[in-house]
Amino acid sequence: MSQLVQINPTSVSGKQYWRSLNELSGRPEFREWVEREFQDNASELIDSGSRRTLLKLMAASFGLAGMTACRRPVEQILPLSKGVEGYIPGKPMHYATAASLGGAATGLIVEVHDGRPTKIEGNPKHPYSLGATSAQVQASILNLYDPDRAKAPKHRAVNATWEEFSSFAKQHFTPAKLGDGAGLRIVSERSSSPSLASIKASLLKKFPAARWIEYESLGHDEPRKGAQIAFGQPLQAHYQFDKADVIFALDCDFLGLDSLTILPIKQFAAKRRVDGQDSSMNRLYAAESNYTLTGAQADHRVRVRASDAGMLALMLAKELNVPGGELKVVDSASDAARKVISAAAKDLAAHKGRSIVIAGPRQPAAVHALVALINQTLGNDGTTVVYTKPAVEPTDQLAAAKDLAADLNGGKVSTLVMLGGNPAYTMPADADFENGIKKAQVSIALTADENETWSASEWRLPETHPFETWSDALALDGTLSVQQPLIEPLYAAKSVLEVAAMIADAPVAKPYEIVKTTVTATWPAAEREKRWKLALRDGLVAGTASAPVKTAADVKKVFPQIADALKPAPAGFEVVFFPSSHTYDGRYANNGWLQEAPDPITKLVWDNAALISPKTAGALGVTDGGYITISGGGKQISAPAMILPGHADNSISLSLGFGRNACGRVGQGVGHRAESLRTAGGFYLMTGVQVAKSPERYSLVTTQEHHTLIEPITGKPRHDIAVDVTIEEFRKGPEAHEGAQHAAAEENMTMFPDFDYSKGYQWGMTIDLNSCIGCNACLVACQAENNIPVVGKDQVNRGREMHWIRLDRYFEGAEDDPQIVNQPMACQQCERAPCESVCPVAATVHSPEGLNEMAYNRCVGTRYCSNNCPYKVRRFNFLNFHKHIQETEKMVFNPDVTVRMRGVMEKCNYCVQRIQEKKIQAKAEGRRTLKDGEIITACQQVCPASAIVFGDINDPESRVAKMKKQSRDYSLLEELNIRPRTTYLSKVRNPNPELA
Amino acid sequence: MADLALDPRVELNPPLVTGGQTYADLTEKISSITEQPPPKQWYFGMAIAVPVALLLFGCLTYLVSTGIGVWGNNIPVGWGWDITNFVWWIGIGHAGTLISAILFLFRQKWRTSINRAAEAMTLFAVACAAIYPLFHTGRPWRAAYWLFPLPNEYLHIWQNFRSPLMWDVFAVSTYGTVSLLFWYVGLIPDLATLRDRAAGLRQKIFAIMSFGWRGSARQWKHYELAYLILAGISTPLVLSVHSIVSFDFATSVLPGWHTTIFPPYFVAGAIYSGFAMVVSLLVLARWIYGLQNLITLKHLDNMCKVMLATGMIVGFSYGTEYFIAWYSANPFEQFTFRNRAFGPYWWAYWTMITCNVLSPQLFWFKKMRQSLVGMFIISIFINIGMWFERFVIIVTSLHRDFLPSSWGYFRPTWVDIGTFTGTIGLFLTLFLLFLRFLPAIAIAEVKGVLHGQIQREKGDH
Repeated sequence: MSQLVQINPTSVSGKQYWRSLNELSGRPEFREWVEREFQDNASELIDSGSRRTLLKLMAASFGLAGMTACRRPVEQILPLSKGVEGYIPGKPMHYATAASLGGAATGLIVEVHDGRPTKIEGNPKHPYSLGATSAQVQASILNLYDPDRAKAPKHRAVNATWEEFSSFAKQHFTPAKLGDGAGLRIVSERSSSPSLASIKASLLKKFPAARWIEYESLGHDEPRKGAQIAFGQPLQAHYQFDKADVIFALDCDFLGLDSLTILPIKQFAAKRRVDGQDSSMNRLYAAESNYTLTGAQADHRVRVRASDAGMLALMLAKELNVPGGELKVVDSASDAARKVISAAAKDLAAHKGRSIVIAGPRQPAAVHALVALINQTLGNDGTTVVYTKPAVEPTDQLAAAKDLAADLNGGKVSTLVMLGGNPAYTMPADADFENGIKKAQVSIALTADENETWSASEWRLPETHPFETWSDALALDGTLSVQQPLIEPLYAAKSVLEVAAMIADAPVAKPYEIVKTTVTATWPAAEREKRWKLALRDGLVAGTASAPVKTAADVKKVFPQIADALKPAPAGFEVVFFPSSHTYDGRYANNGWLQEAPDPITKLVWDNAALISPKTAGALGVTDGGYITISGGGKQISAPAMILPGHADNSISLSLGFGRNACGRVGQGVGHRAESLRTAGGFYLMTGVQVAKSPERYSLVTTQEHHTLIEPITGKPRHDIAVDVTIEEFRKGPEAHEGAQHAAAEENMTMFPDFDYSKGYQWGMTIDLNSCIGCNACLVACQAENNIPVVGKDQVNRGREMHWIRLDRYFEGAEDDPQIVNQPMACQQCERAPCESVCPVAATVHSPEGLNEMAYNRCVGTRYCSNNCPYKVRRFNFLNFHKHIQETEKMVFNPDVTVRMRGVMEKCNYCVQRIQEKKIQAKAEGRRTLKDGEIITACQQVCPASAIVFGDINDPESRVAKMKKQSRDYSLLEELNIRPRTTYLSKVRNPNPELA
Repeated sequence: MADLALDPRVELNPPLVTGGQTYADLTEKISSITEQPPPKQWYFGMAIAVPVALLLFGCLTYLVSTGIGVWGNNIPVGWGWDITNFVWWIGIGHAGTLISAILFLFRQKWRTSINRAAEAMTLFAVACAAIYPLFHTGRPWRAAYWLFPLPNEYLHIWQNFRSPLMWDVFAVSTYGTVSLLFWYVGLIPDLATLRDRAAGLRQKIFAIMSFGWRGSARQWKHYELAYLILAGISTPLVLSVHSIVSFDFATSVLPGWHTTIFPPYFVAGAIYSGFAMVVSLLVLARWIYGLQNLITLKHLDNMCKVMLATGMIVGFSYGTEYFIAWYSANPFEQFTFRNRAFGPYWWAYWTMITCNVLSPQLFWFKKMRQSLVGMFIISIFINIGMWFERFVIIVTSLHRDFLPSSWGYFRPTWVDIGTFTGTIGLFLTLFLLFLRFLPAIAIAEVKGVLHGQIQREKGDH
C-alpha cells in the first residue's frame, strides 16, 4: 500500500485562504458542510464509504460486461467441484507406468502437467530402469502427440466408426463364420502381457485351429534358442556386468540397441568407475563389424565380419580349452584378431567366475550355445551369468512368417488380424507381405499410424499410445508392471488388448478390468485392493521376478550340434542389419527428436547409410554419399555409402527403419529402405552379397565430421580436450596423466571483480568421461525438458541444430582401427564467461548462484556471445523453428520452460526451472538449505551411466564437490581463464598389458 | 588559407587546377552539372544502381520477416557476410574524413577538388554500413532501440557497457554525425552559389539549405573557424572508429581475433580501402563529367601513393600476425593461421594476399600511377581484397576454433549476395544523386587554390 501524505489542516501555517467568513470563523457545522460531498437532500448510498463502494461495483460490472466478449472454449467445462485428491493446479503429477520393447518392460515415471504427459523419467524402483531410460524411451512421448497418428477407423479408404467395426467383429468372429478358425491368422508384436496372454488363450479356445504369430523385426530369440541347445530348455541369460572384471562381447552392442533395456549400461558403468588411484575397473574386449557404442567403450576392439563371429567364438573356446569333442577352427582371422583373442582368453581364464562372454542377438543360436558353454567353463554361471525362465517363449518367427506368406499366397487365410506393429514393412522382403495382406479375404490392421500395414488392409483401426491405455508387461526377469494410462486417448483409438478382447468376445472387455483381474487373480481377496494400489503407485508388483534356474550343459552332447551348425561364412561381402538409433526398427520413423538426434557413432541425422570401412571404400572407389548397389538373396537395393573408421572390411552395416513409404510427415521417404534386401535367409546377417559402385550421389548430413583430436594441416594432437589415460598412467599419480593437460592460467588475472558466493549456493557439474558411453539419452531428455525445437535435415546441414547438449565423438589413432572418446558438451557455465561480457544488451548475465543465465526477452540476437564461446554450445533460433508446429505437438511442451522465439539465443542453463522448483519447495517446507542431490538436471536424471553429477560446490560434502576433488577432474580449455563450472573427469582405459 | 606546400618547387607541385580557368569558369563548370540535364552515362548508372538498391530492400524485407536463417550464418559461424560487409563499408567510409579533416589540417591543398565527393562517399558508406549492425540481429525491431541507453520502464535495465558492440554503436553513430556536419558545413558556401544562380523553387530550396550565407568577411571568418574545429573533432574519429570496430574482434577469446595488433591494422586497412573506393569513383566521375582540369593526374597520383603506403602497412600486419602466432607458442593460434592459408578457405586467403599485398606494388611505377585504367583496375582489386580480408578474419577464425567437434563451414545464400550487392546499389544510387543535385567539387575551396595559383603566376610575371 502506498502511503498518502496528508497535510494536517490545523497545522498549516503561512498564508491562510478562506472561502467565506463562516470558514474563517471555523465553526464545526461549516466544516462538516464543506467536507460533505453531496449537499443536503442529495440522495446518497446509505452505506458509509459509499463512493468507493459505488466505484468498485461499477468497475466490477464493467469488468464482467467485458468478460462476455472474451473468447472461451465452446466445450463444456466441468468445474473441479470435486477435486482430485492431492491435485494442485499448475503442479505436475507423477505416475508410474511401463513401456515395452520386444516383450521386455521398463518401468517409467511420467510427469503430467494438467492432464497432459510431458516428460518421461525412469522408475527408480524398477529393476530395469533404476531411474534412467534410453533415448528412444525419452522420445516416445512425442509419438503420443504425433499429429500424423491414425485418428479414426477406416474401412478401406472410407471413414468408419468403432461401432461399425464392433458389429462387424461380432458377426465375423463367430464359429459360424470362421469355423474352428483354420483360416484365421493373428499377427502381433512380441508381448509379455499376462492380460493379453489370457485373451489370446480364450481366443485360441474359441478358434482352436487359428494361429497367433508374434513377430518382431529385431528379435531376441536366438539367445534363448541357444540356451535350448545348450541346456535343453529356453532360458533368459541375465549378465551381471556389475560383477564382471573381464567382458568379451562378440558382435554384441550390449551398451546400445542390442539390449532391450538400459540396465547393462548401469551395471557396466558401475564396474568401470574409478574413484581413486587404487580403484580397479573392468576390461572390455569387443569383436564386431560395425563400430558400436560397445566397441567405443572397449579396451581392445577386433574388427571382424559379423558372420565370422562364430569362428571367433570357436577360437576363444579352443583357447579356453572348453572340453568335449574336436574343435574345427577355420582360421580366417587376422593376426591382430588372433592376438587379441589369445590374450583375452588368458584374461578370461584368469578371472573365472568374474568374467562374461556375450554374443549379440544377430548371431545364430549355435553361437549363443557355444557362448553358454564358454561361460560355463569359466565358472560364470550363477555369478556373472544368471539364467531364468524367459518372460516370452522363443518362437521361430521367421518360419512362421514364411508359412503365413505361403498360406496367404495359397489363399488359405480367410481373416488376417494384425495387432500393432507394422508387419507389412518389417516382414522379410521375400515374404512380400504387403501384397500378401491383400490376398486375405478379410484383413484387419490395428496400427498406431497410417503406415504400410494400415494402407494395405481392409479394416484400418487406430491403436492407442501406451500412455493412453491400461495394460501390463513383464520385465526380462519376469517382474510384473502395470501400464497405467496418463491421458484419455487423444483420438478414436483402441489398444491391442481391447481389440483382441473384441475379437475373442471376452467376457471382460474393458482393459482396466482385464488388467486388474489378471494382475490380482492370484492375490487373496482381502489384500487385493491395497496391493493393486501399491502396484499402481510403485509401477511394479514386488516379488514377481523369476527365480534363477540352476542348470548345467552336457558339453559332450551339445558340442556336435554346435560344430555342425557353425560353418565358416563364405568370403566376400556381408550385410548386417542393425537397429537404428533414429527409428529403432521403423517405429520411431515419425519422431523428429530421434530423427534429429545424431547417431552416436556416425553423427548422421535424418538418414541411414551403408557403413563401410575406409579400406572397403577404397576398393569400391566410393566416397561418403556415393551410392552403392547391394544385391543378395535375390533382392537388390541402392544406398549411399558412408565411410566409418574402424568398421570391418568387406562388411556393410545397414540400419533398419528408413525409407518408409507410408508414414507421417516427419519420416516419409527419409533414408533408404534396408528392409527391401532383408530376406528370411539373411534376416540379420546376409553373406555372399554382391556390391557395386553406382554413379549417383546423395547428401548425407552429420553434425560432426570425422574430426579426430589430431589437427588437420598441422598434424598436431589436441590431447587436452577429451583427456584419456590408461589405468597404468592414472595409477602413477596425477603428475603422470596431467602432463597432457593444460598448464593452468597461473596468474588468474581478470579485469572485473569476482562474484561473491559466500552465501547461498554455487552450482557446478562434473561429467565423468569414463562412465559416459555416448548413448544420446541426455540429448533427448534435454530436448524434452527444455522445449528444444526440431529443425530438419536441411537446417542441420546448414549447422543450425538446436541441441543444448551434444555428444562430441572423437576418433583417436589409425583411420582403420581407431578408438573413440565421447564427450558430452553443454554450456559450461563459465565463471568468467566470455559470452557475458560481449552481449551489448546484457541478455546473458551471471546469476548470484553462478549460473550463466539467458534472458530470452532481452536478447536481440547479435550472436556475438556464440562467436565468443570457446565451446560453441550456444544455439540460435535462425528461423521460427516452431512455425509449423501442430496443436497436439504443443501439448508436449514443458510449461516451466519458455518456448523461444526466432532471433533469440538459447543454451543450457543447468535446468534452472528444476533448481527454482526445488528451492521453492524447500522454502515452502521451511527448510533453509537443499539437500545434496535434491536438484537433478534432466540430463543427469536420465543418464543410464550416472556420468553426470550436479550440485552445490559451496558444500564440501556434496557429491559434485567431491568429484571435483578427484585427481581426474579437469577444466576444459582451462588456459583461457574462463573457469568453467562444468568440469570433466578424464577417461581411463584399461588395456591388457600383454597387448600394450 | 595559408599555403604550406612542403616543397615550393613548381615542377614538384604541378598546378592543381589546369586549363587556365578563371573563377567564373570554375563556378560555371561545377554548378552547371547540377543545373543541366545529366549526361546519358548518369541515366545508365541509375538504371543499374536503382534496381540493385531495390534488391537490398527486398532482401531486408525477406530477412526481417523470415529470420537470419535466410542467410548462410550458422553455429559456429555466427557472423558471415553481414559483419564482413559492415566492416568493409565502415572502412570505405574512412577515406572521406581522412581527406577532409587530416589532409586539411596538414594543409594538403590537393585535397580540395576531391574532398567533397570523398566526404559524400563517406556518408553513404556509413549509411550502408549502418544497415548491417541493425539487420544482422535476430530481432532488429528490438535492437533498433535497445542498443541505445534510452529511459525505459525497467529503469534498472542498462546496456552492457563492457560489450565492444556497445562501443561500436557509439563510435559509428558519432562518426556518422560528425561526418555529416563536416560535410554540410563545407557545402554551405557552395549551396549559396547555387542559390544565387537559381530561380523559383530551386532558389527557395537552396536558400533554406544555405542558411542565409552572404559570403561576408565576417561570415567567412566564423565559417573557417568552424570548419577548422570540425576538422579537429573529426581527426581522432578517423582513428577511433575503426579501432573500436576492431575491438569487436580483438577483445574476444577467439584465436585469430584475440590480438592487439588489430586497431592500427584496421585503421590502415580502412584508409586503404577508402582511398581505393575514392579512386574508383572519381575516375568514373571525372570521365562522366569531364572534370580533368579539376581532378588532375596529380590528385590521382597522390592517392595511389597513399594506397601503396597503407597497402604495405596492411601487408606488414598480415606478416606480423603469423610471426606472433609462431612466437606466442599458442597451439590454437598457430592452427588458426595455418588453417587460414591452407584450410578450407585457402582461396579466400590467397585472394586477399593477391589483391591487397601484391596488386598495389604496381604503384611503385609512375606509369601505373598515371594510368587511369590501371589505377581503376587496381583500386577495384583492392576493394575486393579488403572485402576478403574481413571475410578471412571473421569467417575463417570462426569456422574452426578450439573444439574440433564444433567445427563447421559457411556458405552464403542468394540473400547474402543480394543484401551485399544491394548495399552497393544503394551506395551508387546515393552517389549518383549527389553528383546530380549537389556540387561534387568544393567550389569555394578550389577557388582558394586557384587564387594561390593566380597569385603565383602574377608573381612570376
